[in-house]
Amino acid sequence: MSIDQTTHGTGHGGSDGHSDGHSDARGTDVATTAGGGLPERFENPGLPVHRHRMADVDPKAAKRAERQVAALFGLSTLGTILLVVAYYAVPIEPDERDRWAQIAQTLRLSNTLLGIGLFLALFGIGAGAVHWAKTLMPDEERIELRHPMRGTDSERADAVAILQEGSAEAGVGRRPLIRNSLLGALVPLSTIPPIVLLRDTGPLPGKSLSETVWKAGTALVQDPVIGEEKRIKASDLTIGSVVHVLPAGIEDTEHPLDEIAKAAVLVMRLNPADLDEASQPGAYEGIVAYSKICTHMGCPVALYEQQTHHLLCPCHQSTFDLKQNCKVIFGPAKRPLPQLAITVDDDGYLVAKSGFSEAAGPSFWERG
Amino acid sequence: MSTTTTAKAAGSVGNWADERVGASKGVKFLARKIFPDHWSFMLGEVALYSFIILLLTGVFLTFFYIPSVGHTTYTGSYEELAGQQVSEAYASTLALSFDVRGGMLMRQIHHWSALIFVASIVTHMFRVFFTGAFRKPRELNWVIGSILALLAIIEGFAGYSLPDDLLSGTGLRIASSIILAIPVVGSYLSFFVFGGQFPGEEFIPRLYTIHVLLLPGIFLALITAHLILLVVQKHTQYPGPGRTNENVVGYPLFPVYVAKAGGFFFIVFGITALMGALFTINPIWAYGAYHPSPVTAGSQPDWYMGWLDGAVRLTPGFLEFQLFGFTLSGNILLPAVIVPGLVTTVMVLYPWIEQWATGDRREHHLLDRPRNAPTRTGLGVMAITFYLLLLVTGGNDIIAVFLRLSINDITMTVRVLVLVVPPLAYLLTKRICLGLQRKDREKVLHGRETGVIYRTEEGEFFEVHAPLDDHERWALVQHEAYRPIEPAPTEDDRGVRRPKARFDRIRSKLSGFYFEDRVEPVTPAELEAAHAEHHGGGHEAIESPDDVDRPALAGN
Repeated sequence: MSIDQTTHGTGHGGSDGHSDGHSDARGTDVATTAGGGLPERFENPGLPVHRHRMADVDPKAAKRAERQVAALFGLSTLGTILLVVAYYAVPIEPDERDRWAQIAQTLRLSNTLLGIGLFLALFGIGAGAVHWAKTLMPDEERIELRHPMRGTDSERADAVAILQEGSAEAGVGRRPLIRNSLLGALVPLSTIPPIVLLRDTGPLPGKSLSETVWKAGTALVQDPVIGEEKRIKASDLTIGSVVHVLPAGIEDTEHPLDEIAKAAVLVMRLNPADLDEASQPGAYEGIVAYSKICTHMGCPVALYEQQTHHLLCPCHQSTFDLKQNCKVIFGPAKRPLPQLAITVDDDGYLVAKSGFSEAAGPSFWERG
Repeated sequence: MSTTTTAKAAGSVGNWADERVGASKGVKFLARKIFPDHWSFMLGEVALYSFIILLLTGVFLTFFYIPSVGHTTYTGSYEELAGQQVSEAYASTLALSFDVRGGMLMRQIHHWSALIFVASIVTHMFRVFFTGAFRKPRELNWVIGSILALLAIIEGFAGYSLPDDLLSGTGLRIASSIILAIPVVGSYLSFFVFGGQFPGEEFIPRLYTIHVLLLPGIFLALITAHLILLVVQKHTQYPGPGRTNENVVGYPLFPVYVAKAGGFFFIVFGITALMGALFTINPIWAYGAYHPSPVTAGSQPDWYMGWLDGAVRLTPGFLEFQLFGFTLSGNILLPAVIVPGLVTTVMVLYPWIEQWATGDRREHHLLDRPRNAPTRTGLGVMAITFYLLLLVTGGNDIIAVFLRLSINDITMTVRVLVLVVPPLAYLLTKRICLGLQRKDREKVLHGRETGVIYRTEEGEFFEVHAPLDDHERWALVQHEAYRPIEPAPTEDDRGVRRPKARFDRIRSKLSGFYFEDRVEPVTPAELEAAHAEHHGGGHEAIESPDDVDRPALAGN
């Protein structure tokens, strides 16, 4: 091998070789002597005497450590075998459609065995290597000197001279036209095209944040829509009931999820006497509909406390009071949930009297 | 293979490499480089190894994951969702969990590893902070580390949002609302980020590119820079006998750290694999696919986002108001933009803030014991307390259920606590540090308690104190105590007001805040005096008055 192995320490700068217990590591520059003979500060006493490990002095202990390391490496090999065996012995593809419970059981077994195999395979190598280093590799501390990060004065002067010479050669100072035109090329290139190129990452918002598919006459249907839309008959709702509601036809829009994220509504039936005057015009015989999208950060306000008539958003606990036209009574939201004015059609099914009178959902700058 | 043939083979490989890339120079520079040893230096290693584990398991996941919200009907093994309309992202995540052998293990290792990655970065940063390892010349590495920490949080958030499940989709909904709340440009930004309205169809594929390409690329570059700086500047070390600011005491990279650190990688990987085998993480099948209408109670983000969620929960709604027909959502901006922004800014700038207060421009390679920097330690504990209070609030609904408390009471209480407790934690920590320093002084001056009680003939009891030897003592007296920088006179010699006087006054105030209260290490003269007193029979401790006549270390 062509590499000189006798050098300890590092290549660059002084290498100290090993320390022999009390080394040449003396104190820092603080050991100045004050008047009276005593130094002003204590002096660094240097490294303590090295204590040998069992394996350094007792060949039996060293042999024992060697066997322990080998055992740990052997454990790793066993882990790899377990991993491979488990991979083939526990197939998770069900032959015929098993019940989920059976699939889950096989899956759990496969996951556990593969994981434990992998753990043993990895941990055995790791623990073996660390044990090897700690028991058998030299544990006498060595010393390497540091050098200040700063270059020496002459190195710094050289660097400055090189840079000056180089810029003089390029004529940066002498030819301002080149410098200025380069700046004139770089600045626009690095600022304008990135913005222009990002323009098509999305359409402009326009009015879309303020509008939903609700309009006068839109039927209220049950959420989720599975198969055929289920309309809601006012007379089917008892006092205290709550229904998750979507506008009819929402699944046929171009982007149903985008529309649902604004238009989801919660319908509840209360004793009409419990309702606030402000919510009466949009109510039908104690049935009220409010936007389900929190005015704070847009989570669905899906928790209805039937006894207190409070609506709670599970994300940040904004609480809205149905009896006060969904005013915020607790939490980080500011605005009440917008009401959807409803009535019934000729057959007694709930329909919207009009769309929302304001933007439903979280706040944004232009919403006013 | 006999030893000679092994050596011959190694020699020819070495020769080949040396003649092509000059490998011998690299080996000479690196192989015997000395690194100091301490358990706390492993925290950064855990972060590095977690990153490698994330790359390995992440590549496996990309083979099966489909970054698309295109609709599909779920037909996989999981019966509960059979026939449901879900996104391809969600369906493919379920498929790689349930229908790919070892897929569940890989996904769980990936998620656990991500949690460990962020956790180890944060604890590594606290180690660096509390020991003052960020001081000159390592300010730049502190900044790189801070950026890595921030990106790790973003990367984690991006990662757990990719399965498009109900929980993470709710998190994205909140993220979109934060963007919407940005004054003037919020709705435009949101439309550009999401490719239209929320949730849209563009975001998951974009997030995927950011998660698997852009951010890992930046990580690789920054981690490389972080490690190069570590080698160039050499590792810091804890103070102790033989350790000085001009040396590194420890073990050589080859073979000791190749075995120790290399082995430790396998240990970290092994333990993460065991966690993936035994502990369920992020069971997205139980949450269901994302849909904007349903939501689950007890929605919590991963732990590193929890403090921001807690801050959002705490902020009262009245901070939103209308201004000239526009809406300014202070209730969102304050907790989700301003607070994290301020925390980040202070974090990144901290090395310079402290340097300004100490006036110390020297290189520091010896770490501080946290007690010897009481104000810094106090500030760090204050930050941790603030963070923990917010994190707890991020789970206030869970706490309310488990402890049967009113969620409103919890929130109102923490609104007060979050302003009161962190400053108290600062004061308490600082006092504890000063107390520990006094204990150190006491130990140096009067020796260590031996537990041997003597009774004199007169019936007086006293405990025998054994004097410390040089090595024990050095650990307790090696540090320097900074003193506040005195403000320079506001007027110069000719009675003209100096323009920098204001600046100097602020600086001297900051310096006073840091170093007004301090306990200085024992000097040889004090020890001598204490010995003299002992021989005189006194048992009183000698406290050095703070205004002892010594030149200030600071400001020179």
